Amino acid sequence: MEAVVFVFSLLDCCALIFLSVYFIITLSDLECDYINARSCCSKLNKWVIPELIGHTIVTVLMLISLHWFIFLLNLPVATWNIYRFIMVPSGNMGVFDPTEIHNRGQLKSHMKEAMIKLGFHLLCFFMYLYR
Amino acid sequence: MSAPAGSPHPAASARIPPKFGGAAASGAAALAGPGPAPHQQNGPAHSQMQVPSGYGLHHPNYIAPSGHFSQGPGKMTSLPLESQHDDYYSGLYAVPTQNVVTPSTANQSGVQQMYGRGPPAPHVVGSTPGSFQGAASSASHLYTSASQPYSSFVNHYNSPALYSANSSVASQGFPSTCGHYAMSTVSNAVYPNVSYPSLPADDPYGQIFTSQNAPTVRPVKDNSFPGQNTVISHPSPLPPPPSQQHQQQQSLSGYSTLSWSAPGLPPTQDSLVRNHTGSLAPTNNNPTNTVADSLSCAVMQNVQPRKSSPVVSTVLSGASSTRMPPAAKHPGEPVTPVTQPSELLQHKGMQYGEYVNNQASSAPTPLSSTSDDEEEEEEDEEAGVDSSSTTSSASPMPNSYDALEGGSYPDVHSSSASSPAPDPAPDPDPVPAPAPVPAPAAPQPSKMAKPFGYGYPILQPGYQNATAPLNSGVHPSSQGYSGYQQYPQQYPGVNQLSSGLGGLSLQSSPQPESLRPINLTQERNVLPMTPVWAPVPNLNLELKKLNCSPDSFRCTLTNIPQTQALLNKAKLPLGLLLHPFRDLTQLPVITSNTIVRCRSCRTYINPFVSFIDQRRWKCNLCYRVNDVPEEFMYNPLTRSYGEPHKRPEVQNSTVEFIASSDYMLRPPQPAVYLFVLDVSHNAVEAGYLTILCQSLLENLDKLPGDSRTRIGFMTFDSTIHFYNLQEGLSQPQMLIVSDIDDVFLPTPDSLLVNLYESKELIKDLLNALPNMFTNTRETHSALGPALQAAFKLMSPTGGRVSVFQTQLPSLGAGLLQSREDPNQRSSTKVVQHLGPATDFYKKLALDCSGQQTAVDLFLLSSQYSDLASLACMSKYSAGCIYYYPSFHHTHNPSQAEKLQKDLKRYLTRKIGFEAVMRIRCTKGLSMHTFHGNFFVRSTDLLSLANINPDAGFAVQLSIEESLTDTSLVCFQTALLYTSSKGERRIRVHTLCLPVVSSLADVYAGVDVQAAICLLANMAVDRSVSSSLSDARDALVNAVVDSLSAYGSTVSNLQHSALIAPGSLKLFPLYVLALLKQKAFRTGTSTRLDDRVYAMCQIKSQPLVHLMKMIHPNLYRIDRLTDEGAIHVNDRVVPQPPLQKLSAEKLTREGAFLMDCGSVFYIWIGKGCDNNFIEDVLGYPNFVSIPQKMTHLPELDTLSSERARSFITWLRDGRPQSPILHVVKDESPAKTEFFQHLIEDRTEAAFSYYEFLLHVQQQICK
Repeated sequence: MEAVVFVFSLLDCCALIFLSVYFIITLSDLECDYINARSCCSKLNKWVIPELIGHTIVTVLMLISLHWFIFLLNLPVATWNIYRFIMVPSGNMGVFDPTEIHNRGQLKSHMKEAMIKLGFHLLCFFMYLYR
Repeated sequence: MSAPAGSPHPAASARIPPKFGGAAASGAAALAGPGPAPHQQNGPAHSQMQVPSGYGLHHPNYIAPSGHFSQGPGKMTSLPLESQHDDYYSGLYAVPTQNVVTPSTANQSGVQQMYGRGPPAPHVVGSTPGSFQGAASSASHLYTSASQPYSSFVNHYNSPALYSANSSVASQGFPSTCGHYAMSTVSNAVYPNVSYPSLPADDPYGQIFTSQNAPTVRPVKDNSFPGQNTVISHPSPLPPPPSQQHQQQQSLSGYSTLSWSAPGLPPTQDSLVRNHTGSLAPTNNNPTNTVADSLSCAVMQNVQPRKSSPVVSTVLSGASSTRMPPAAKHPGEPVTPVTQPSELLQHKGMQYGEYVNNQASSAPTPLSSTSDDEEEEEEDEEAGVDSSSTTSSASPMPNSYDALEGGSYPDVHSSSASSPAPDPAPDPDPVPAPAPVPAPAAPQPSKMAKPFGYGYPILQPGYQNATAPLNSGVHPSSQGYSGYQQYPQQYPGVNQLSSGLGGLSLQSSPQPESLRPINLTQERNVLPMTPVWAPVPNLNLELKKLNCSPDSFRCTLTNIPQTQALLNKAKLPLGLLLHPFRDLTQLPVITSNTIVRCRSCRTYINPFVSFIDQRRWKCNLCYRVNDVPEEFMYNPLTRSYGEPHKRPEVQNSTVEFIASSDYMLRPPQPAVYLFVLDVSHNAVEAGYLTILCQSLLENLDKLPGDSRTRIGFMTFDSTIHFYNLQEGLSQPQMLIVSDIDDVFLPTPDSLLVNLYESKELIKDLLNALPNMFTNTRETHSALGPALQAAFKLMSPTGGRVSVFQTQLPSLGAGLLQSREDPNQRSSTKVVQHLGPATDFYKKLALDCSGQQTAVDLFLLSSQYSDLASLACMSKYSAGCIYYYPSFHHTHNPSQAEKLQKDLKRYLTRKIGFEAVMRIRCTKGLSMHTFHGNFFVRSTDLLSLANINPDAGFAVQLSIEESLTDTSLVCFQTALLYTSSKGERRIRVHTLCLPVVSSLADVYAGVDVQAAICLLANMAVDRSVSSSLSDARDALVNAVVDSLSAYGSTVSNLQHSALIAPGSLKLFPLYVLALLKQKAFRTGTSTRLDDRVYAMCQIKSQPLVHLMKMIHPNLYRIDRLTDEGAIHVNDRVVPQPPLQKLSAEKLTREGAFLMDCGSVFYIWIGKGCDNNFIEDVLGYPNFVSIPQKMTHLPELDTLSSERARSFITWLRDGRPQSPILHVVKDESPAKTEFFQHLIEDRTEAAFSYYEFLLHVQQQICK
């Protein structure tokens, strides 16, 4: 049972790592003008919900399997994901809004966020791996 | 920095080399300019020049603005033209003064002339011992001190000692910079000498003259010209009020002494000082407004007249030393007394030499302390230093370019002497005379060129050119006339002796005022009597003259702080305010095969680049050294070769290029207009259709466009109606689509039709339309589906969609619910629903923007229509928004009239299609937030489906890297668009600003109006993204922070008082005005739509209009006199003083005019003089004035004439013709008038004084 949980978590974490990397690449593409804001945001918005679900599943799984430490570790990130998704203003086109992404350093903060998540998922990855 | 938009985030991302634009092309074919000048004066209507045949020469790598969102990387390929490098050094002849004064048709002949006349100078020089001597000595001195200017300048910046001197000066109310000025003048003085021998004088004359179409000029007349020029070239700047003038005069004179003594120059200076003061004295004695005029000039120069004035000055300086012989020979000719001047000149010439000596010997002093810095600098300067050392190397045209350098005096002589000289005879012969020509031209450029590429030396040229202000002071404005006769005589003296002085007094004269600490709580009248002008960046005159007009391009800080830390310390917002597509009366249009741009950052060549030698130029934004393409060497204006620095691109900071096919992704689109009209019951009831159709019928022929222009109509209620106007039909066909869930186009080909082919059908339709729906009972509005259909219709071409909507959309996609709670209108707490309710309109707008379609919204509603959501369709597609609350064609005639006038402007104004705008700035600065109606497609590329002349933009900047190694920063806006005639054009504006390292300098350069407008934009963002109260707090904090930051810098003043620098004295007042503005006010009943509309306007209006919206102008008009009046087109326009916006200024006996930008109020007091009422309003007494009066009758009385001419003058040059309301003291409409009196207390808001106390309290906390 334990093994199944961690194998699943490991796979899920892999997916999340890839997703983070994808976010970073896409955002830096935007930064470098290789793609425009519109396509960048529509690409990224597509993956916001999968990411949210993926991460929530792991978190819940850890709760169910009573791995308290890992659960608590995951909780803040999962909460942030959900909070961010809920707080999108009604007029915006998603977490990433093409009309605002170039304003007020949003691009930079999105980038930072993706980096932090990547680090976090890597950490989790090794944690799951060596359990 | 607690500016509304929040903490100073570093910019979003690194700047990326831009890529919209072709490759640096290799086409070298000189532009064959036939007789008629290729540069025509371009008014709003573009006159086209010959099109270059070189299409296709270029690299096809560009990203044209069409809606392709997938751009590939690496757009910047370019084909450098490997041309041989000539060995000689042309020096940095970057910004020649004399060229293109006004690139109008007239110019060319003028230029030719001037060139013909150029050569005479050398002869003159040779034959005139006096001047020659002066020149020689000056040159030799120059030689010794050539390297000093830099260091001395550095000194200013670095040595603490100087600062202390400065600060002491500052505390006396003078700008802290004066010490610096003095210093640099000392060293600078060297420069002028170089220039004189080779006579920069001629050219400007010829030019100026010809630009005024008087080609018979003879060089002989030069001395008299100043007068002439001044008169003509300065149509009519507003004279500043007398009081100010005096002040400034004083400060000027104060300067001369203070500044010179402050730095502690060696004794040798004494004579110099005396000379200066002496020469200055006459200036002061001159009829009152000389100085003031020059000031006003300085302020206004950027408006077109300015160009000529500095040129004049250089001319004069040149003339003074070298040209007098001819003048003496023909003493009779000149209009103004010349005989005297000539003698004077000579005399001065001698003095001049002496002066030079002084300068040279004194210069070294400051140097010694700063050798380190000097070295550092030399590294930076590669170009400048190198060039001076190599000047003597053999060159094909030694005569010309050596002179440039300023380092090689022997050459100067030889060159000037050797140059072929057909003597003063005016030579209109168009034969290009490359070799001789540069000689006269060169010296100046060299002086000025230095500064550009790198840091410190920059200021110097200013001093040398400083003479200009004095001259310019002479010309301008009506009042200067009496004075100008004397001036020509004084010029020589003034120019030579106090060239530095003149410069400094003028340059710094705004400063004492802008830095003078003002105790706001004590100062009762902070508002000046005249309109507030934009501060002039503290640059040298040459740059000032070339700089972009503040009307098009303004920065909140005209002195850019060196580091982000300094900016944070100043607590002021840093940003740009743009009005890029403004209607210009004068615009150089350039047709050439090669548009010269920097190969790495794609910056367009501009007046602030430096020419390292004749073949290379250094980009002023990224500092890359680029090659000058062969074609650029030829100057079509002068028809001469080898003067890249004289090309109009390098002579004007606002130019327009005709772009080649490199700049297109597809053939330029035709003008396409689609009207989408609401015809539901509500709309028919309001009756806007009649007005619209009438306006359209009247203006159908004036719609901008060419023979390809297309037009279409759609109407909608709960269904969508299309109109088939295909040529050949006997009458318009109406096609109804009732499937609003899946809209389709019934006959896609015949809905948008050629305006000219189907004109009759269109007219039929327009005549029929108002009556077609009179009996409709349909109350629903399917706006969303109609917009989708419009998008489908427009997407193949792009163009403009004008949507007329009268209610909340209630059917189909994009339907909206009413979100406003009327009970919350005057709530002081939360104002909700400032943001859009759905992303439908935003998505639609982005789709439209991608297809080069802009959606303009006319909202004519009587109830809540959720403008916050609807506005999105215009905001992101670069459209514009018009809002007419409670519109009704009969019940509300003033709104109807406003609609009519707005429509007239809207339909006929210029329009640019498929536009993109890119803003670039010097390395180290970055842009991070944009305001306006557009879509930011990539970091610095704004996608504008349409651009109209009334659109303004704002950009926030941050300083990413320290700017210590540069002393100038530049900003360049390039707007690429398709004109309505199907031409691809690029309008480029370049603004140049100095970098400062001290906090005091930052405060001295604050442009308070720009700062307020930027803050307003930031506050709008904040209120939408956060909350209104946050935004209001942020506005108050902006005042509190900046004033407390300033308070802590001036420690010697008592802290209890609320101290502001002169430049910021209006800041609290304007912020208070903002807080009482419809957009941000609380506590007063404000409908949500009104508020949102005010916010939209703040975001999209250009600064001039926005300022009137924020802080209206109040004038008393019942006692207009001709005192201080100005003359416009044979009309006398009285200039009443500005009144502060307080009821205390209103008297029952008076009548007051309030100019709120889009609306005028005339308030008539109860006890107003019956004579005034009768003469101006046409009614016998107060009681008989009707409640709703919107026009002043044309009465044949003096006061009526004055009032009308004043109002007409205010209306002129304003896009929307404002509606006039006559408000009687007792009428209910007076509340509207009184709510604009922002200095007064209202139930919900502070009075000005209370606000100050509040701010003070916050500071002390």
